[in-house]
Amino acid sequence: MNAILKNNAVEESLLAVAGINALAAENLRQFGLPNRRVEAWHYTDLRRLLTQIPARAEVLDAQAVKAAAANYPRIVPAIRLPLFNGKYLENLADDLPKGANVSVNDGTREFAYSRDDAIGLLHAIMGGEGVAIEIEEGAIIDTPFGMPHTSINAGYSGLMHSVDVGKDAKASFVERYLSPDDTGVQVNSISHLNVGEGAEVVWAILQEHGNETTHLAQLNITLSAGAKLTILVLNCGGKLVRQEINVDVVGENSNLNILGVNLIGGESHIDVTTKLNHAVAGTVSSQLYRNVATHRGQGVFQGQINVAQAAQQTDAKMACNTLLLSDDAEFSAKPELEIFADDVLCGHGATVTDIDDDHLFYLNARGIPPKEARALLIKAFVDETFEDLGDERFEQALIARIDTWLEENGS
Amino acid sequence: MIEIKNLHVKIAGEDTEIIKGLNLSVADGEVAAIMGPNGSGKSTLSYVLAGKSDYEVTEGEVIFNGQNLLEMEAYERATSGVFLAFQYPMEIPGVATMNFLKAALNAQRKARGEDEYTTPDFIKKVKTAASKLDIDMTMLKRALNVGFSGGEKKRAEILQMALLEPSLCILDETDSGLDIDALKIVSDGVNALRDPKRSFIVITHYQRLLEHIVPDSVHVLYQGRIIQSGDKSLALHLEENGYADVIASAA
Repeated sequence: MNAILKNNAVEESLLAVAGINALAAENLRQFGLPNRRVEAWHYTDLRRLLTQIPARAEVLDAQAVKAAAANYPRIVPAIRLPLFNGKYLENLADDLPKGANVSVNDGTREFAYSRDDAIGLLHAIMGGEGVAIEIEEGAIIDTPFGMPHTSINAGYSGLMHSVDVGKDAKASFVERYLSPDDTGVQVNSISHLNVGEGAEVVWAILQEHGNETTHLAQLNITLSAGAKLTILVLNCGGKLVRQEINVDVVGENSNLNILGVNLIGGESHIDVTTKLNHAVAGTVSSQLYRNVATHRGQGVFQGQINVAQAAQQTDAKMACNTLLLSDDAEFSAKPELEIFADDVLCGHGATVTDIDDDHLFYLNARGIPPKEARALLIKAFVDETFEDLGDERFEQALIARIDTWLEENGS
Repeated sequence: MIEIKNLHVKIAGEDTEIIKGLNLSVADGEVAAIMGPNGSGKSTLSYVLAGKSDYEVTEGEVIFNGQNLLEMEAYERATSGVFLAFQYPMEIPGVATMNFLKAALNAQRKARGEDEYTTPDFIKKVKTAASKLDIDMTMLKRALNVGFSGGEKKRAEILQMALLEPSLCILDETDSGLDIDALKIVSDGVNALRDPKRSFIVITHYQRLLEHIVPDSVHVLYQGRIIQSGDKSLALHLEENGYADVIASAA
């Protein structure tokens, strides 16, 4: 293949990484990072927005780790498997319950190139590690597993987790991302989740980075027959953020529920892109996103639902509602439905609105001042997403985090 | 209590005048009923008094307990004692009714320099007021007005009125959408609040409500002006004869 592209500085710096994966290098030379002409990255022009790849974050001593950890208190009681600057610190991990096995995931995987998979491409070049968690068949584990990653200072951290939940097991997991407001923090995180037959899983992603951090993440899921998966996403930090969620629904009668809140302020660009492949009959998926964009925040939601010919009686619904609170904020929503089966229920809806003046007047007419009334309405709009979660621990943690953001970012 | 002088109002950004030189004076403790055919400006009057920004006052003044009401923001009017019971109360998803009541009550207390209610005191107060209006506490855990029946919405309005203890209550067609039992409950709720220091402006189409909430004065609003005033017998006259002869004699 002939090189037809002049690589930019970021691509050149990636090509200069020692021991680069040959296939990744070849693709980078030929296509570069995806720009807006690549459909999957249309609203997040990575080639333009990614302005540097920092050097890999240093591994710091225990003292520094301890000091950093103290800055970010736990928000959900969890079995903690902590990671700092791209390293899993096994010696700081909590004791494991019966039925769970954890090991270091060295992060290697075969790189199968697809032009859309820039996050996989970066991982293939920059590497990284994470945890491998295995939940045994039938194990019921009530306390969530926490995989908090803290970037202590500037640098690139690559992460790769692999979680396998056995047949009829029950467990929950929290990916949490924290960093200071320093420039030059970048996290590239890929998680693989396999939900076994009849298993029940809650997977939460809490992205609370500092306001200059680049966060590129991917969650790849295989959902087996009769399995039930709830994914909770809260993005309330970062400068350039992309969270991909790819789900292969391969087992009949499985149930997937995604609830997401994106709080986009300052100069943040936050993109949530989901791709659901309903491959078999009788599966249900539902997605609800509530977004608040203020200041110069830019938000993106792309939701792709593919229903294969065999996937009759698929029930897939998707809704994305956004409150735009400033003239300079933007939100782009793109639903994509590709349906090959003829007996399915697929629905999608997207709204972008400001606060309803009549609602505001009603609250004012009861003596609630405009600023307070706006805050009450914004909070109500967002909180509704997690209202019927049925798990107080997650509900309270998420709402507490949302409240903090709303206080800091005003209305 | 309130004096409205030569009030002219149009919809903001439009030319059509809706209120065209309205005069009305309501004394302390007085219950004034305002009746009138559709489109006469009844709801506009209630919104203008409450401070809705969709309307523009082009002339006239409204003096409320010595203050120029039209210069105050909607929330300031509320904290100084004006309460509008909405004809169509807004449904507000995600805001639990109890949280809303607490926010409203405490915002008003704060504005008046009073201490905010503690949670136990607040709950006790709501429970007492709710039971008088036959409101179940589980209803108040739901989002504000969302999925409430017509009757539940109106009772919730009166509950708010009872809790906020305003000095001027404006009831905008509070009887619409109520069955006879609910009408009785709501009217009893209103009557319980009658006080020498509290005035009411009761806007209605029908005499029926005025059998329960007996007014001290009745005013006919037509084409944006009060064209006739009288005592409660005027309402009975309208019920029997319609508006035609009142309108004809004013012309």
